[in-house]
Amino acid sequence: MLREELAPKGFEVVTVALDSGGPERPRSYHEIAGTTHPALIDESHLLDALLGIVNVPQAVWIDEEGMLVRPPEAAAPQSMEEQLPNITYPEGTPDRVWQMLEEAAKIRIYSERYIPALRDWVEKGADSQYALSPEQVVAKSQPREADDARAAASFELGDHLYRIGETEAAVHWFREAHRLQPDNWTYRRQAWFFADPLRIGPTEGAEEEWPYEGDWLTDARKIGAENYYDRPGL
Amino acid sequence: MLVDSPLVTARELGDLWGWKLKPEGACKEDRCVALPKREDDKVDVLDLAGRLGMPVVHDEARGLWAVGPEGGGRFLNSAVCPEIVLPDLDGTPFDLASLRGKKVLLVAWASW
Repeated sequence: MLREELAPKGFEVVTVALDSGGPERPRSYHEIAGTTHPALIDESHLLDALLGIVNVPQAVWIDEEGMLVRPPEAAAPQSMEEQLPNITYPEGTPDRVWQMLEEAAKIRIYSERYIPALRDWVEKGADSQYALSPEQVVAKSQPREADDARAAASFELGDHLYRIGETEAAVHWFREAHRLQPDNWTYRRQAWFFADPLRIGPTEGAEEEWPYEGDWLTDARKIGAENYYDRPGL
Repeated sequence: MLVDSPLVTARELGDLWGWKLKPEGACKEDRCVALPKREDDKVDVLDLAGRLGMPVVHDEARGLWAVGPEGGGRFLNSAVCPEIVLPDLDGTPFDLASLRGKKVLLVAWASW
């Protein structure tokens, strides 16, 4: 495990689950993985707006002085197999789920580049070519237009309303957030998951009941799942 | 930041993206915004948000306002890692600053 290998060199991993649904699901993943590092949960998606996270998994690197040396980018400290527990789907699983898995198989995560870069930084610190200067970190971070800030506020409202059972009102604000920041996958995925945790999209034959403009399969196909995560600048 | 009233106390303002109420007005790091004087010790959050370029989203039916972060520029205007205190899966708060002195990989993920 990468963390155990690098821990003696003063390295730690902290994971944060952006799970509005509460700690149950992340806990089951951590139990399967045998997690020993700090495992946190961010139910209100505060990190999204704080750091500019638009999809998961994304990671930042923080040095010993509390300085960011890499802004949020697609993180691949593990291969896809290590990241996802083995899920078996029962008979009668909707066709859409199989199609999503087929599309998701095209997702590229570049762990063959990310892991050596991480090792290099842990070894060399600020001398590593992968550790960015403060100016570079800011320049590479996500731009925040006025609409993006408004999307954060809308999402926060929707998230709160969903969790107190005001589903219809929540959907309205989630839709607003999606409209205002269309490239934020996190806002879309969380809303779709609430609406249908299995299909992440409409039910076959009842498409008009789906309350959102997009869904995972349609949106992933639109860009091509191989482009789901940005190529890391490593 | 969600509020159910446009008026918040100075303490609540501290939670509003880290703005502190001083004689000069509402201040964050080395930036201060003058505020109109009030009889009570409260701050009109919607007025402050307007002055700071922070969006306000209002759910009229439920009497809730959500104040978003300042727009314009980038999500990060500094490479100093912001304060992050979040609960672990048992609900115990964990302060990322407790790891100062180590190199940290902070990974945001989701079970969905």
